[in-house]
Amino acid sequence: MTQYLLRRVLYAFPILVGVNLITFALFFVVNPPDDMARMQLGHKHVTQEAIEKWKHERGYDLPLLFNTQAQGMQRLTQTIFFQKSVNLFLFRFGRSDSGRDIVADIKERMGPSLAIAVPTLLLGLIVNITFALLLVFFRRTHFELSGLAACVVLMSTSALFYIIAGQYLFGKVMKLVPISGYGGGMSAIKFVLLPVLVGVVSGIGSGVRWYRTLFVEEIEKDYVRTARAKGLTEPKILFRHVLPNALIPILTGVVAILPLLFLGSLLTESFFGIPGLGSYTIDAISRQDFAIVRAMVFLGSALYILGLVLTDISYTLVDPRVRLE
Amino acid sequence: MSWVVLWTDALLFALAAGIAALALYTRRQEHLRRPWRKIARSRTGVAALTVLAAFATIGLLDSIHFRQASNGQVVSLLDRWIEPLRIRSEKTYSAPFATHLYAREFQTLPDGGKAWLYPRLQYGGAHLQDPNDRWRDVTQRALLGGGKGAAVWLLLNMGLALILGLRRLMWPPWATVSLTLGILLVIGWTVAELSLAYHVLGTDKVGEDVLYQSLKSIRTGLIIGTLTTLVMLPLGLGLGVVAGYFGGWIDDLIQYLYTTLNSIPGVLLIAAAILMLQVYMAAHEEQFTSLVVRADMRLFFLCLILGITSWTGLCRLLRAETLKLREMEYVQAARALGVSHPIILLRHIFPNVFHIVLISVVLDFSGLVLAEAVLSYVNIGVDPTTQSWGNMINSARLELAREPVVWWTLAAAFAFMFTFVLAANLFADVVRDAFDPRRAEE
Amino acid sequence: MRIILRFAYLWLLWLGLSGCKGPLNNPYPAVERDRNIFYAALAEFPKHLDPALAYSADEYSLINQTYEPPLQYHYLQRPYVLTPLTAASLPRVSYFNAQGQKLPESTPADQIAYSEYLITIRPGIYFQPHPAFAKDASGHFLYHRLTARDLKNIHSPMDFPVLASRELTAEDYVYQIKRLVHPKVHSPIAGLMQEHIVGLAEFAQEIEHRYQKIDPQEFFDLRPYPIRGVYALDRYRYVIRIRGKYPQFKYWLAMPFFAPIPWEVDRFYQQLPLIERNLTLDWYPVGTGPYLLAENNPNRRIVLVKNPNFHGETYPSEGESADTSLGLLRDAGQPLPFIDEIQFILEREFIPAWNKFLQGYYEASGISSDSFDQAIRFGAQNQAELTEELKAKGIRLETAVAPSIFYLGFNMLDPVVGGLEETKRKLRQAIAIAIDQEEYISIFLNGRGVAAQGVLPPGIFGYLEGPQGINRYVYTWKNGEPQRKSIEEARKLLAEAGYPGGRDPSTGGPLLLYLDTPGGGPEDKARLSWYRKQFEKLGIELVIRATDYNRFQQKMRVGLAQIFTWGWNADYPDPENFFFLLYSKNGKVKYGGENAANYENPEFDRLFEQMRNLDDTPARLELIQKLTEILHRDAPWVFGFHPKNFTLYHGWLANVKPNQMATGTLKYLRLDSKQRAQLRAAWNRPILWPLYLLLLGLVIGWFPAWLKYRKRMHETALA
Repeated sequence: MTQYLLRRVLYAFPILVGVNLITFALFFVVNPPDDMARMQLGHKHVTQEAIEKWKHERGYDLPLLFNTQAQGMQRLTQTIFFQKSVNLFLFRFGRSDSGRDIVADIKERMGPSLAIAVPTLLLGLIVNITFALLLVFFRRTHFELSGLAACVVLMSTSALFYIIAGQYLFGKVMKLVPISGYGGGMSAIKFVLLPVLVGVVSGIGSGVRWYRTLFVEEIEKDYVRTARAKGLTEPKILFRHVLPNALIPILTGVVAILPLLFLGSLLTESFFGIPGLGSYTIDAISRQDFAIVRAMVFLGSALYILGLVLTDISYTLVDPRVRLE
Repeated sequence: MSWVVLWTDALLFALAAGIAALALYTRRQEHLRRPWRKIARSRTGVAALTVLAAFATIGLLDSIHFRQASNGQVVSLLDRWIEPLRIRSEKTYSAPFATHLYAREFQTLPDGGKAWLYPRLQYGGAHLQDPNDRWRDVTQRALLGGGKGAAVWLLLNMGLALILGLRRLMWPPWATVSLTLGILLVIGWTVAELSLAYHVLGTDKVGEDVLYQSLKSIRTGLIIGTLTTLVMLPLGLGLGVVAGYFGGWIDDLIQYLYTTLNSIPGVLLIAAAILMLQVYMAAHEEQFTSLVVRADMRLFFLCLILGITSWTGLCRLLRAETLKLREMEYVQAARALGVSHPIILLRHIFPNVFHIVLISVVLDFSGLVLAEAVLSYVNIGVDPTTQSWGNMINSARLELAREPVVWWTLAAAFAFMFTFVLAANLFADVVRDAFDPRRAEE
Repeated sequence: MRIILRFAYLWLLWLGLSGCKGPLNNPYPAVERDRNIFYAALAEFPKHLDPALAYSADEYSLINQTYEPPLQYHYLQRPYVLTPLTAASLPRVSYFNAQGQKLPESTPADQIAYSEYLITIRPGIYFQPHPAFAKDASGHFLYHRLTARDLKNIHSPMDFPVLASRELTAEDYVYQIKRLVHPKVHSPIAGLMQEHIVGLAEFAQEIEHRYQKIDPQEFFDLRPYPIRGVYALDRYRYVIRIRGKYPQFKYWLAMPFFAPIPWEVDRFYQQLPLIERNLTLDWYPVGTGPYLLAENNPNRRIVLVKNPNFHGETYPSEGESADTSLGLLRDAGQPLPFIDEIQFILEREFIPAWNKFLQGYYEASGISSDSFDQAIRFGAQNQAELTEELKAKGIRLETAVAPSIFYLGFNMLDPVVGGLEETKRKLRQAIAIAIDQEEYISIFLNGRGVAAQGVLPPGIFGYLEGPQGINRYVYTWKNGEPQRKSIEEARKLLAEAGYPGGRDPSTGGPLLLYLDTPGGGPEDKARLSWYRKQFEKLGIELVIRATDYNRFQQKMRVGLAQIFTWGWNADYPDPENFFFLLYSKNGKVKYGGENAANYENPEFDRLFEQMRNLDDTPARLELIQKLTEILHRDAPWVFGFHPKNFTLYHGWLANVKPNQMATGTLKYLRLDSKQRAQLRAAWNRPILWPLYLLLLGLVIGWFPAWLKYRKRMHETALA
């Protein structure tokens, strides 16, 4: 087990280097340090001298990947890429281009992101599994057919529509919840209700269909037939046999996305004015704050890899036949 | 008049030709025809396919561009066909079937006084002497249009009956095709008849007909859905199969590649790519002289980058499947007989993963159309001058906050997109059921 | 069993929703209901709160509540006048020749070598409480040597156990002027001020030199290095020496660039442990103003509370003649400020902010063009009025023309549209006629703008109303209003320019022109297609080259743009601040200045140089008219419009008068929080019946579902 984990960590390293290289290439082609400086320094009365100073202070005056002026190893280390990457791997994200400490900001913004993402995930799981079980229970009836049709309809509706309609209906017309915003502590509940509702509803279509196929696959297996032959009632079959077995792929799927919950949702957060990491990233892109983008991409990749590892581990936990080598 | 071939036009037609060739090839292969027969037996599948075909026809018509001699503008066949819709723009918002603008204007009255009034529209309902007469007129025209549509449908059916024989026409799938076509024709003709005199779906902020925008958006949706798969197919198929078949360091390399790409949040990759394109266009202005070309380039590039971000899923599926196939006896046998790798891949592997490719392509299609809308919201979608449902929904967001509310742009974009995506989803389901070997016996 | 659970769930939901006090959709904690708090929406978080850096309206609306430069604009009087803020009186200006001899006031500008501004500040003004001033019993600063351990549980400077204050001195003003050229600060006006202030450039060089020698972690004290032209005479008086005559300098003294910064504060904020926690001068201002910044969470909100040490300003007792009847002088002589606390809340999207304003959760709001119909209608005399819906809520409307201009610029270096030849002029004039600004204003601004006749917006010296003021190349005066010339005249000009019917003789096709623009959201789409339509009227095809903002800036810098839209918001209400946008020495490509069109006309330059140093005399007016005529003829810009700001205020807010120059005006406002709480409750009664309906539906639907379930059980049991 420890050996496996060690190997995974070692394997993660080249991936993160690759990710870093790609983000670097993309953002520096698009946005050379001169442009970043102009963006940060504002529009009126900016001199080239001020730009050079800005670059120097933030270490953007070095060559990108290869320093021809330096000697030996310094040719590789005295570059923007090396200098900035090393700190990332130590999770020292440093300061954003506008001068704020990124780690402090990420810590602060993680809470709101989780406050939306976790309830959405849990509630979504409960709702989706319930509906999927109902569909399976009523399989080969009109109820199932209309249920599936409803799923397709829900799937074919744009997520944007759910958000717009939700804000209009519950916020503006019915005045049940604040239209947007966020508050700390218990007051967060009223801000979170609507985004969570929208998140759950927009996931029902695909979720229910996916879980249903898992259940149907399970229900057609031989042991279920045996159980039924023994005279077990349908609910008992569903809850005692089908659900626990189908839960394995469901849970491992959930485990894979767990770490990514920290990153929040880009769309929901910017629509509902929630100060989470999703809107942080979007803002950073639009402000071209490269330091934040770099940190967020790195964090995202690291969490993604963490998700992969967690999935593997959870497989061994639920299924003793699988062994990690 | 001279033809103008845009990048996306060319690729779209190449794709259409490819699909046609594939269909011809399939006709001759018995094992491939079986699932298609199953699709033909499904009413939902056939109806959905007919609707998709109607959308595709509009999209293809909109992809034949030429430069008008009169004013040098680049327009498409569809533009010419629905020219009245394109040209008749009002000043600003007007509701569906309205005769007056949605906003008041300062007007000089006949008696010389001045007042803020709702002015009559320049085109919408302009033929009416008395605007209060409108609904009677609308009903008349709708009936007339519907009647014409029905008549055309009958003629078409009679023609088909002569070719196919009445018995076959009454049989599925032809009956379903005919029925769906009938509904489409009646609706289409009614709308066409009405749109000659009214703005059936209203007009937008600068007075452009919303129906026209919705129709033009079809092409964008179609291109995003199809060309993206065109990009992703060679990558996913090639790399996935190669990784699974050869294993070893090739497998490791390809796995590394897709894990790395997968772990970068897609939005960031797309944002960076779109920005990069803008840099390129700014540096090579002489290549992008007209608006159409610029917008087209961006659309093409968006497909490209969407393809690059989404091939990993298919690649992983195919790799797993090929790993299984590699151990099959017939592949082992072929290898033992000294058949070369490319031949094995072509003869034994590709045909046996074909169903996976097909299923994932049709499943991805609707997701991509929906994704376009979301990307346009973050301003990294299609060009703002391109007509697309995403752009329409995006501007509709602001309109919804108006009082009185402007609902028709949102409704129109939603209805068109919904129909399109619904048809695609239904069709995808049927295809999956037909091709998935695990479901074959059901 | 399950039915009971479901009921319990709904009951909990209902309890959860109605449990909190007041309306369900109240975005603020219930305890704040009756408190005297002003809530304002911020569309974008300010980048800088450091007075040496801040340079945008958003930033000013925050820091000007805290920082006090020596002067301010009078809240009520128009045209805008400067009044002392921390100064005892307006600065005394004297002129000197190169030999240092004092010259009489009437000396012509070209004989003046430098002018001296003597500013006297009032004694007895104290800074807000702040840890930077805190000392222990032996007189040593408590918090000037902080370590990470000292900062446990410290999230804002206000969290330190000991806060202290100190009297404002003239040295604090001098210190801030030094900070403008500090090598690490990057003030946007550093370059500009080095041209004007005597000795500032040398000072900048010297400290740049010194700064390189010290450890960058260490505090770099600016006090030991003097500036030749800026010094304190005593505790309350300081002098600023300006090159030549620059009458506009007094306006700079009303901007936060010239607010005081105590050296203790600079020293305090240079400590690394603080910087690591984002506690910097750029985030936590320290001023003498009516409010102090208590909380700064850039992810959510900024909170300002009353400054206990405020020096006690009173509400002005004179204003315009109409102000008395409007009730704006009711509070004359009362001590400021009236409101206890101000919360700026980050609200990125306009729509939620607008809806919240209508629900009573923000005190004031602008109007987007999409909510315009809901808010405004036009009365019989074409004057803007509120709709019944808003009037019934007691909302008030205030309008004011902004000291700004938006224009369509031609790059004068471009071979097609640029140049001063007669044909090029005619091309530009033709385009100027074709672009129907009145339509633009009515479509995109809902009439919230005034079509520009020249560079100067109304309310600035030199702006002329009536027939003399119009641009006679584009308009004629008819029926008492300017009338745009017909498109035929534009076509004629175009033919004379060498493009008959919009055809380019060299290609045979339509003339292709390029509009360079940043961005390209859905809002822009309509705007850009409108521009295309305007050029189509002349048969010209306008190609839109949309790129991201940086790319656009780059094109402007190297002069690759052809036609562009641009705007200017005045720094101060003086015609010089507008005409300098076309002065050749400010050319964007050559000098990196603000003359984005790269316009270069020696005659214009000569007249401008004369005009800028004059006081507002008839001679100056004459020069301005000449300058305007040259611009009308050369048409380097298509004069667009001056936006008119419409702002809505709720009825519980008193003393509102829009002031386009002053931003530190929250201290004048009065708020009736009792009335606000009542109205909020009345406007936000939740509509619960759909929920009850849902509940009822569930109860009724339960029975058939149960039957169906039984039936199904029966079926499967048999199967």
